[in-house]
Amino acid sequence: MTTMDARSMGTSVRRIEGPDKVTGTAAYAGDTVAAGTLVLHPVQATVARGEITAIDTSAAEAVPGVVAVLTHRDAPRLGDTGDPEHRVLQGTTIHHRGQFVAAVLAEHAEAAAEAARLVVVSVDEAPSTTGFDPDAEAYTPAALGNGQQADTLVGDPDAALAAAPVVVRASYSTPMEHHNPMEPHATTATWIDGRLEVREASQGAELARQTLATLFDAEVTVRSPHVGGGFGTKGFLHAGTVLTVLAARTVPGRPVRFALGRRQMFETVGYRPATVQHMALGAAADGRLEVVAHDVVGATARYKEFVEPAGGSTRSMYAAPHRRTSHRAVPLDLDAPTYMRAPGEAPGSFGLECAVDELAVALDLDPIELRVRNEPDVHPENGLPFSSRGLVECLRTGAERFGWSSWDRAPRRRLVDGWWHGVGVGCGTFPAFRMPGSTAEITFTGGRYVVAIGAADIGQGARTVLTQIAADALGVDVDSIAVEIGSTQVPVGSIAGGSAGTASWGSTVVEAADRFRDKYGDAPDEGDHADAATPDNPWAEEYAMAAYCAQFAEVAVHADTGEIRVPRLLGMFGVGRILNPTLGRSQLQGGMVWGLSMALHEESVVDPRFGEVINHDLAGYHVAANADVRVVEAEWIDEDDAYVNPMGAKGIGEIGIVGVAAAIANAAYHATGVRVRSLPITCDDFLTSGLL
Amino acid sequence: MTTTIPMSITVDGERHDLDVDPRTTLLDALRERLGITTTKKGCDHGQCGACTVLLDGRRVLSCLTLAVAKDGAHVVTADGLATDGELHPVTEAFLANDAYQCGYCTPGQICSAVGAIDEARRGMPSAVTADLAADVTLDRSEIAERMSGNLCRCAAYVNIVSAVEEAAHR
Ligand code: FES
Ligand code: FES
Repeated sequence: MTTMDARSMGTSVRRIEGPDKVTGTAAYAGDTVAAGTLVLHPVQATVARGEITAIDTSAAEAVPGVVAVLTHRDAPRLGDTGDPEHRVLQGTTIHHRGQFVAAVLAEHAEAAAEAARLVVVSVDEAPSTTGFDPDAEAYTPAALGNGQQADTLVGDPDAALAAAPVVVRASYSTPMEHHNPMEPHATTATWIDGRLEVREASQGAELARQTLATLFDAEVTVRSPHVGGGFGTKGFLHAGTVLTVLAARTVPGRPVRFALGRRQMFETVGYRPATVQHMALGAAADGRLEVVAHDVVGATARYKEFVEPAGGSTRSMYAAPHRRTSHRAVPLDLDAPTYMRAPGEAPGSFGLECAVDELAVALDLDPIELRVRNEPDVHPENGLPFSSRGLVECLRTGAERFGWSSWDRAPRRRLVDGWWHGVGVGCGTFPAFRMPGSTAEITFTGGRYVVAIGAADIGQGARTVLTQIAADALGVDVDSIAVEIGSTQVPVGSIAGGSAGTASWGSTVVEAADRFRDKYGDAPDEGDHADAATPDNPWAEEYAMAAYCAQFAEVAVHADTGEIRVPRLLGMFGVGRILNPTLGRSQLQGGMVWGLSMALHEESVVDPRFGEVINHDLAGYHVAANADVRVVEAEWIDEDDAYVNPMGAKGIGEIGIVGVAAAIANAAYHATGVRVRSLPITCDDFLTSGLL
Repeated sequence: MTTTIPMSITVDGERHDLDVDPRTTLLDALRERLGITTTKKGCDHGQCGACTVLLDGRRVLSCLTLAVAKDGAHVVTADGLATDGELHPVTEAFLANDAYQCGYCTPGQICSAVGAIDEARRGMPSAVTADLAADVTLDRSEIAERMSGNLCRCAAYVNIVSAVEEAAHR
């Protein structure tokens, strides 16, 4: 087994759509301005739970410029996708505050907004629970959000904990967080002669097409050429898309556009649910783990389940003969949670990697050495060998580069100009897998190879990297390749998600290229053509495949105010072959900044009286801004993995965030002696500690 | 009853006459009325910077600017920065430094950077300027501070600072 030869792969080809993006001419889903386009403005529920008893639309209909007001009374009936989020205007039940209960269509945005305010919705309100209480009654989900089982058990963790010489028990909490891509979700829908055409901000045009085809029983075309960030929230369709298409159906021939407002991004498109993670680690005096237990309680929505798989990565990180992971869910009357960058791994690594740091302190052992001592030979739960596993090398080379050994291990030793400085490390993993279901088509025309596949470029660089993969697979220069993606007018593609996009589409493109060369050699004629579906990975059941990282953080905490800053982050990654170093570094650094943002800034605060996120805008919900970010370096080890895919590349979209929040929390402890177990870390944590 | 008000505005060198609802923002006038979508909407509340344009040479948030108040103004979007077919040095530096990923915040970042470089040249201090009397040196922390009104959720910040640094010192 070997990976394919690289000529273009591994070089920093510039983003193909770069000139369109830097001038703004790249058209996103909300950037269509066809004449006659109607603007949709939704009416939203103002209670968290209840039944609609009446809707008065007369005042709204009288507003000049209003074309229609749609409610559950007159909305077309929908087919069933099995997803409750898609049951838009199909009944009177309110499941969460902000739920769409009516929609206004108007010639202009101003008229639509004014009219929406005039719709009177009468509601019989029911009691609701919207604040997350980890001690509330919880249930065991049938499966986690990523399909994994809720619980795993090996050996006898409780007995092993009772017998272990050194034990750390602690609980860690992570808050509700919202994705907030800079481009709010947007849909433009037009019904033409019974066919539906949609421009959608989507991580997967084909998935959107299938969903809409099921809901509306129609032939559907979806275009999504540029996507202004997704991070999980643009994977599965949300209610706003369905609402737009429903409304468009009432005005055949006219485009209807709905670009969500930022506030609606906190009400209708999902979020990362809050967790509380009860960790228990038991070790021998030399640091060898006897037991790892990770028991998670997480929030979910009552009307649609999504359970954050926060304990999932603990199943593969460290060796220990006794181990347990469990997940319990507390249902709330909120919008449904969903996948958000490294679902499970991001919050889960906060619990595990902080607990490991606490164990290192209890053992008086270097936290890097502690992790190295617990490196497993095979996957600790399923016994599979690893296709490659770079964790120890990431730790060692990262420590060297970061200058780890120059720091005294004892906490609270470095006070410089009124700031306590410290360093910390946190590790992580993210699975490397391949999604089935794509088709790549290669056609030689006009002296170029047109490579068509329904991939999505959400900023990760799919268009560019697929060009490089195709060039190498066909044995030609990148200039000879034209990649066509981002719509259902090209052959089907799986979604940009699970860090599996490039791996899945790339494997498919390589397969199609192999067939093309088998058929036509290296001197094809005009119109020569081959296609292929995603090949299965024959090694998928033989090896455990995943990316690994070691994240290093330097933190400074102000001795008087408790203000916390992160002057330096270094991430070392074991991710197979990096297909484009410049783009890869950008993506990894972006993920690391997400980790910083998660550590210090992000928290959606629900008012349990009303069930709404009260900091529902970018002033109240802070995402890392430029000045929050200082030195952020992403580097990688040389890693040759012949099993993951022909390119030898593991996905890098999510591994960047994993472990960062723990590294920062651990560094904050090292700086100050204050252990913060709840995100985000703010100055209050230090001010109330009595230690500053 | 809605009234509209006639106005004219020059965008990227081209003059437009239009009637606007007095509630219409400059951003919506560009995007909805004139079909100029090279300026993006990220929040509509002055909180993200995606809608930044140069208005009579200064960077402004077009979502916080009412169109009727800018009758006769000259607006430059990221698409209008090029001269004689040559990309603006800031635009070029964004490409060269991979200072963007999804590209949605990028037109606003670039307009903002052009404005920020000009402000520094005119000696305007920022919150991190140590000596208010001295000339401003656009080092990395000055750039990060001055570009903090432009959020980037892809978090291309490190490369954005590099791009602005490169362009500023050209
Ligand atoms: S759209 Fe104007 S600042 Fe966000
Ligand atoms: S490049 Fe995606 S938000 Fe900045």
